[in-house]
Order: sequence, then C-alpha cells, then structure tokens
Amino acid sequence: MSDLDALMKAFGEAGGDKAILGNNEIAHLVASGHKLLSMKSVEGLEVDARETMAGISAKVTVKEGIRIKNPVHLCFGVLHKKGTQKIKMDVRLEKNSSAHFIAHCIFPNAEKVRHIMDAVVEIGEGAEMRYSETHFHGLYGGIEVIPKSIVKIGKNGRYFTDFTLTTGRVGKLDIDYSVEAGENAVTELTARVFGHANDEINIKERVVLAGKNSRGLIKTRVALEDEAKAEVTGITEGNAEGARGHVDCMEIVKDNATAKAIPIVSVIHPLAKVTHEAAIGSVDKRQMETLMAHGLTPEEAVDLIVKGILK
Amino acid sequence: MLLLEIDGLTYGAGDKTILDDFSMTIEPSEVHALLGTNGTGKSTLAYLIMGCEGYMPSSGEIIFEGKTINTLKIQERSKLGITMAWQEPVRFEGISVSDYLRLKNKDINPSYYLEMVGLHPELYLHRMVDKSLSGGERKRIELASILALNPKLAILDEPDSGIDMLSTQDIVNVISAFKDNGSSVLLITHREEIVLIADRASQICNGKIVCTGNPDKVAEYYKSRKCFVCDGEVCAYV
Ligand SMILES: Nc1ncnc2c1ncn2[C@@H]1O[C@H](COP(=O)(O)OP(=O)(O)O)[C@@H](O)[C@H]1O
Ligand SMILES: [Mg+2]
Repeated sequence: MSDLDALMKAFGEAGGDKAILGNNEIAHLVASGHKLLSMKSVEGLEVDARETMAGISAKVTVKEGIRIKNPVHLCFGVLHKKGTQKIKMDVRLEKNSSAHFIAHCIFPNAEKVRHIMDAVVEIGEGAEMRYSETHFHGLYGGIEVIPKSIVKIGKNGRYFTDFTLTTGRVGKLDIDYSVEAGENAVTELTARVFGHANDEINIKERVVLAGKNSRGLIKTRVALEDEAKAEVTGITEGNAEGARGHVDCMEIVKDNATAKAIPIVSVIHPLAKVTHEAAIGSVDKRQMETLMAHGLTPEEAVDLIVKGILK
Repeated sequence: MLLLEIDGLTYGAGDKTILDDFSMTIEPSEVHALLGTNGTGKSTLAYLIMGCEGYMPSSGEIIFEGKTINTLKIQERSKLGITMAWQEPVRFEGISVSDYLRLKNKDINPSYYLEMVGLHPELYLHRMVDKSLSGGERKRIELASILALNPKLAILDEPDSGIDMLSTQDIVNVISAFKDNGSSVLLITHREEIVLIADRASQICNGKIVCTGNPDKVAEYYKSRKCFVCDGEVCAYV
C-alpha cells in the first residue's frame, strides 16, 4: 500500500470522508510524517508547501475578497510507532476573504510520536477564518501533541477555532494559543478533550482584546477518567473601550482523575469587561438523577452527560 | 390495589423534622393533588418517593403496587414505572430536545409530545436542553419527556410555578394527557385553582396531611390559610 493509501485508510477509520481527495472543488494538503503526499488548490487559495528536515512547512494565502466555498482539508498523520512531525504553518487571509480549514491529525499507532504544530495566522480587515482540528490518536497513548499558534485579527475580522480530541487516548497534549483581536474583531476558541488512563492535558489559551469593541470567548470542555490530569488556563485581557470577553471552562472528573482550571482575566480600560466561569467536579448529581428517573442506568447517564459536554 | 401507599413516613434533616408521620395514598389512574404553602415538605416528599440520594426515611414505608420500595435506588423505582418532573429541571449541554424526549424509548414521536405541552415541534426539536431555553420552555419540555415515558406514576413538582409559567389551561391539558394514558399523577402545587383539576386532593402543612378529600373542599380549606396562623398547633381541622 502506498503511504497515501495507508493514511487515507486510517483517515477513513477515524471517521473521515476519503472522497474529499478526488473532488476538484475541494482544496487539500496531505502529509504523512515528513512527506508531502497530495495537494490541491482552488481559485484564490495559494499554498506553498515543502518538506523540511523535521516535517512540513506551508505558507497559505487566501487572496483579497476571495471566499472559499468548501472547507480546505489538511490531513497530517504519522502511521509509524515512532517519529516526530513538525508542521510549520503561515496562514494569511487577505482583506475581506474567508475560509474554513479542517485539520485531521491522525496517529493511530503512536507509541512514541511527537507532533508539533507551529502556526502564525494573520486575518486581514473584514476577513473570516474558521479552523477546526480533530485528532485521532489510537489506543496506545504514546503521543505528544504540541500545537502552538499566534493569531492576529485585523479590524472587523473574525476567527473561530475548534479543537477536538475525544476518541482514543490523548497521550500528552500541550496547547498554547494566543489571539490578538483588533477593532470590532470577534474570536471564539473552543477545545474539547476526553482524557483517559495517564493522559496529560495542558491547555493554555490567551485572548487579547486590543481593539475597540472587540469580542472574545474561550470555551473549554474537558472530561477525565482513570488517572488522567488536566490543567486549563484561559486568559483574557480587555484592553480597549467596549471590549467584551468571557472565559468558560467546564471539567468533569471521574475515578482518580485530577483537574485544574485557571481563569485569568484582566482589564486595563475602564470601559472593557471580562467575565469568567469555571465548573470542575464529578458529574452533576441532579443531572444524573434526572436521567435515571427517565430510565437510564447510572453508567448510561454518565456517558450521555459526558458525550453532551464534549459535543 | 392501591398504586402508592405512604404509611407513617418520617424524615428529618439536621434537627428539623420535615415530614412527620406522613401518610397518603394514590389509586391507579388517579390524579391526586398535594397542596401546601412554601416550605411544608412537598418537594422532600417527592424526593423520598423517587428515591433521590440522601433521602432515606427514618421510619415509615413507601409501598408501590403492594411492595415496599424504601431501599430501591432511583433507577430501580423508575423501572417500576415511577418518574418525576423536578420543580427546577436541570439543563444539559449537548443534548437536543428530540434526543431528550427519546431517552428511553427511541420509537416515540417527539413532535407529538411537544404539541401536547404547547410547543411547536419545528421550533424546538433541534434546540438543546441547555441554558438557552427559558424557564417555562424547560419546564414544558420536562413535562413532555415525562409524558413520553408513559409512567404508572408521575410526580409533578409544581409544574405551574416559576416565571413564564404554564397557564392553568396548559396544566389541564398535560394532566388530561396523563389521564388518557392511564397514568396516576401526584400533582404538587401551592395554587388552589390547580387542585380543582384533580380527582382528589390533600393539604400538607408542616410535614403532615391536614385534610384529604374532594378537591373543592380541600381548596376551600386551603384558601382560609389556617396553616399560616396556627403555628403548627391546631392543624387537625379535617
Ligand atoms: N437538606 C435540608 N436540610 C435542612 N432543611 C431542609 C432540607 N431540605 C429541606 N429543608 C427544609 O424543609 C422544609 C421543607 O422543604 P421542601 O420540601 O423543599 O418544601 P416545599 O417543597 O413544600 O416548599 C423547608 O423549611 C426547607 O427549608
Ligand atoms: Mg418545593
């Protein structure tokens, strides 16, 4: 089997739709380990990708005024048991452009794999970017994932991210996102992670509301079981008139898992406002009792509640 | 045979006796209203019948279809056909109204039950049972979900209370839907006009039944509000 076939097979098994590769109207970039396997662009999307010593480096530009209709799929995987993959991404959305990127990160056999993502994103005036990243790590837990991104949103720009790692083991996860929002800019960062066994989860997300009337939301949903550990830091700074920010963290723990939430909110402009809420604990008793009164067993009730918050 | 018999139930928390030698019965297919002012022990009784965690009577028996259920867990009581709508229903992230109504039985038609509680299915089926619902919407959805379970006994804890509450007509509709299914209802309320739709009513005061019988008569007693002034001394005006 070719590398591409092998990766696509794993992609299919992780719930992905393999048909996207053959569709001429859908842009994609597929890399396995340090190898660039397949790439397609669409009008208004420039992709300059190359292989590096440690992985892949890509420069992605969405041209001014271009609204890319179909999501752009990025597929990164390591199929070997061991290895390092470093992805460097430089993404630029020019004025009034828009695009939705969906990243599929697949490491089904990882026993000792490191996946490092370093992204720098610049969203131009009036541009909108959505970035959804879904991970599939298999059952071994021998993976370390280190996604880091620095994002700058221009006036009236919008940036939404969604990070999902809810099937299989997590391994070690160390997210570090930082977003600066300009005037009237809107950003929402969402992360959902389910930790098992001795998984270690570290999520740090920072939103700087630098521009007048900018908006920020950091939403984190973590479920933990067995001996898993999580620490979630949500930082929002309100630095300009009319800026509004909110940090919303919920962590459900079972068994011997431990969770920590550190919301840090600061305001340096008197007309900015930042709020936060954090709920950490075992599954809510009233929710459990309600579901059991509806005929569910305790196990079914926990399962449904956890699935719900990770949805 | 009685569907539910509560016999000499006593329950306290801290040094407060909340239910004091409390007894009442519910017949099959009967709507029995329990009327009482705030703090008289109505919700506590509901939790004891449902078997919520921490609600174990210090004496007395809860008998369902002839069997004592005092030691059964909530999910075991639910299997027997007992269910309950909490006074303040909880919210769930990531569960749609449609899924919530089909929790136990996937084959029911959720639209049918939404219409029964006065909600347009097309507006609500895909909403989440989370914070985005108003208090009244959440309560209606809870009632719809209880109807969909087709229970033998539905405990409804103040379905008529709260902001943007259900109208008396809404409650009448829901109660008649339960009756049509042959379900019994323990209808907890503090509003005497609601009592009139029941087959039988009881007034609770200070953890005890002070009056049972024809709903008109019990509502009449309640309106005189003797329980507010008696200070727990002369509750026996049955
Ligand atoms: N866990 C508890 N500990 C102490 N007092 C309680 C507890 N639960 C309820 N109570 C008290 O018992 C009384 C009855 O409460 P409740 O059953 O909620 O009344 P109702 O539903 O009729 O308004 C109230 O005075 C309430 O404050
Ligand atoms: Mg009450």
